Amino acid sequence: MQADPPDPAVRLSRPRRRGVEFTLVVMAVLLCLYGYCEVGLARTGSVPPGAAGHGAGLGALALLAHVAVRLRAPRADPLLLPIAVLLNGLGLVLIHRLDLETPADRAAPTQLVWSALGVGLFIAAVVLLRDHRVLQRYTYVSVAAALALLVLPIFFPAVNGARIWIRVAGFSIQPGEFAKVMLALFFAGYLAANRNALAYTGRRVWLLQLPTGRVLGPILAVWLLSVGVLVLERDLGTSLLFFGLFVILLYVATGRTGWIAVGLLLAACGAVAVGWLEPHVHSRVEDWLHPFASIEAGRGPNQLAQSLFAFAAGGFLGTGLGAGHSILIGFAVKSDFVLATAGEELGLAGLSAIFLLYGLLVERGLRTGLAVRDPFGRLLATGLASIVALQVFVIAGGVTGLIPLTGMAMPFLAQGGSSVVTNWVIVALLIRLSDSARGRSEEEPEPGHRTRGPDGGEDAP
Amino acid sequence: MTGNGRPMTRYIRHTAAFCALLLLALLVNAVRIQIVRAGAYDANPANRRHDLARYGQPRGDILVGGRAVTGSRDSGQRFRHERTYRDGPLYAPVTGFASQVYGTALLENAADGILSGTDPALSPLPLYDDLTRARDPGGHVVTTLDARAQRAAYAGLGGRRGAVAALEPSTGRILALVSSPSYDPGELSGTGPEVARAWARLNGAADRPMLNRAVRQTYPPGSTFKVVTAAAALDSGVVRDVDEPTRSPDPYRLPGSSARLTNEVVGCADASLRYAFQWSCNTVFAGLGVAVGVDAMRTTAAGFGFNDHGLGIPFRVSPSTFDTRVDAAQLALSSIGQYNTRATPLQMAMVAAAVANQGAVRAPHLVERTTTDDGDTVSATGRRTLHQAMNPATAVRLRELMTDVVEKGTGTNAAVPGATVGGKSGTAQHGLHNSGTPYAWFISWAQADDAMEPAVAVAVVVEDAAADRGDISGGGDAAPIARAVMEAVLDH
Repeated sequence: MQADPPDPAVRLSRPRRRGVEFTLVVMAVLLCLYGYCEVGLARTGSVPPGAAGHGAGLGALALLAHVAVRLRAPRADPLLLPIAVLLNGLGLVLIHRLDLETPADRAAPTQLVWSALGVGLFIAAVVLLRDHRVLQRYTYVSVAAALALLVLPIFFPAVNGARIWIRVAGFSIQPGEFAKVMLALFFAGYLAANRNALAYTGRRVWLLQLPTGRVLGPILAVWLLSVGVLVLERDLGTSLLFFGLFVILLYVATGRTGWIAVGLLLAACGAVAVGWLEPHVHSRVEDWLHPFASIEAGRGPNQLAQSLFAFAAGGFLGTGLGAGHSILIGFAVKSDFVLATAGEELGLAGLSAIFLLYGLLVERGLRTGLAVRDPFGRLLATGLASIVALQVFVIAGGVTGLIPLTGMAMPFLAQGGSSVVTNWVIVALLIRLSDSARGRSEEEPEPGHRTRGPDGGEDAP
Repeated sequence: MTGNGRPMTRYIRHTAAFCALLLLALLVNAVRIQIVRAGAYDANPANRRHDLARYGQPRGDILVGGRAVTGSRDSGQRFRHERTYRDGPLYAPVTGFASQVYGTALLENAADGILSGTDPALSPLPLYDDLTRARDPGGHVVTTLDARAQRAAYAGLGGRRGAVAALEPSTGRILALVSSPSYDPGELSGTGPEVARAWARLNGAADRPMLNRAVRQTYPPGSTFKVVTAAAALDSGVVRDVDEPTRSPDPYRLPGSSARLTNEVVGCADASLRYAFQWSCNTVFAGLGVAVGVDAMRTTAAGFGFNDHGLGIPFRVSPSTFDTRVDAAQLALSSIGQYNTRATPLQMAMVAAAVANQGAVRAPHLVERTTTDDGDTVSATGRRTLHQAMNPATAVRLRELMTDVVEKGTGTNAAVPGATVGGKSGTAQHGLHNSGTPYAWFISWAQADDAMEPAVAVAVVVEDAAADRGDISGGGDAAPIARAVMEAVLDH
């Protein structure tokens, strides 16, 4: 895919590839329908009676989203929507499958409602938001909203040790999820506006060129506030995510490797300090280092050990949907640990496929970042893609024993309404950005877009 | 670096590389936990997947005489299928138990692969099953037991402490294996608190109902061991003619010791082997054992199966022992089944079976064959000779001696009309200074008058035969049980 071919005539004749998107969306829906049927076949030996309805529902949602993209973002990347449909559908299948083990506590219907809401928001965003640059105007509104959303749960009772939920009309909402997008908007908007100041002014201290406090101050303050609030709420996964997002966007905006060094140093100090002081985190680190310590102590396997057992039981090809025992994980098996069910029942093959789907989603997002012309768009696309990448790594690495476990939702896959809605918004923004990158630029060319900077000469291959 | 976004390209690419690195780490780690370490995780005892799969389907059955003596009950719990037993106490020394909590024992343990469906031989396409992760339905185990002989033995013991083992001499098929008192292994199926209570009660009971006395308990065999000593004396040439006087004194002074050995009966001084065997003269056999020597005694005893630590039927049988590091006095006592000579009832049944089968000891076995769920044979146990315990000529002479015991000696209670029966009684002293209630033994074999070869060999031991010590004897207490078992087999 060429992001910036030299001749506008070529660009005009570029295929829109909505047909490709349509085919992929249909395949994604059929794959999920097949998974739904397979669960029924494995459990009862017959195709579940709700299969047709399930397929029709998912298909209708996917089709509506596709029509919206076809009408309002015709040049958008054709892979983004099918990947989102497939991951969301697969998540519904996994949650439905786990519901069979807990007949008293069914999560799939609620998740379906949230998915529909997410797709609705996706359609609204694609239809209503004609140009992503409008969003740059709301840089400070979004930061205020993000901080408000983060602070809100402090006033609600803690659930399972973390104050990250609020309850409204019977629904549990996790405002931190929405804050992610807001914060990405703020970072992108602020850094795009102050990029040069950050990169070229200020004093040089040893190897580091520090920007002036006037420029760096606000962003550092926002970051400290959000991370501090999250530490108070004990939502360490999200604070790690914000930290990563902050460092990545600062680096992309300024190109200063020093930021990465400082960021890693700060992260290391913070991790050690929190791991040392906070008993909750300390025990997570202990669990990570010795996942079977509780077994040796005679207290039976903990969640992480059960999760590792589930992955191991999957082997290469998995037990098949509906035939595993990941329910042994117990609490949070449908949310934080949903990946273990995928690992056990779809095997290494299925798990790798899911990882690669996320990889592809992130890659398409970053590619959009490369293709879009304005700094704000570039930073926003990069930020949104990074959110997905970091979130997948933090939670997938946690449940597979790669890094200490911190609670977080697997994008699209896990039970959790706020998360699903947020991820649909992320995909909607990426679709809008990619449509702008590939379609709008010949109408309103950026000044000087042909000139190449000293270190930006290469283009997307 | 003007207002457009182009210079950021490079840094976005770096971000992409970083994300690719994260993806790679996840993939490599997935291989680690799903492939490399999977075996160790699967084998972790805290991982309950094995148990879930194991109890997710009904267990195969153990069959006696074409009828299942086991069953399976769907409990609806997480560990769904629980074991049930028909006539549990009667067959417990054969089946053992299969408990969700306490594991398996005896046949349930030895044939677990077949019964639980994990044995690859159950599958017509093992590799395909590995791929699809299908578990075969549990197969069945067809035993060699004779239900009527088993019942006769169990009824004969009548709750007294003791055991019975019966064999088919020509094949080694085990026809009866009874231990008393017994228990119902069904009490140990399931996961409830009553299972834990039953386990505690059975393990704490003074009469040890879960002890399989037929194969896991050794007793001093007493005079029944004289069959072995007689075989050694005849095989080694110490005795050439069973009717020749043995030149043995009565009482017999143990070599190198002032202790003197006496007899319960008269006429043992200088008795012939025939007379000594018929009336169980301790003095004669003690002297013969010393005359034979420890090496020849050991060889013969080992030929019958003593000192064999590897015997399985298929579950392990406790080794019967004949001590070989002995002085002459200890050898004298060992030769009449005392001192460190100890035997399981199954071992003594093998001794009787060897006499009945021209001196050849067939490998005793409980499993006739194993089958799939549909009844197709998976494996069959064939006839196998463990040892030639003695010359066939010696066996012929011992048959004669044993027949005399039943016709006119201490074993007349074992006589069966219409059959030739050979036997040997024993009353074994034990405990400190022989203070315990003696064990009553009887070993025998029987051949129907119209049959080509003996159909059954049996060993009976009764621990607490009677309250009055004077009345206890192998011929009195144990022989009737042996007769009942032999009749049950011969009636077919």
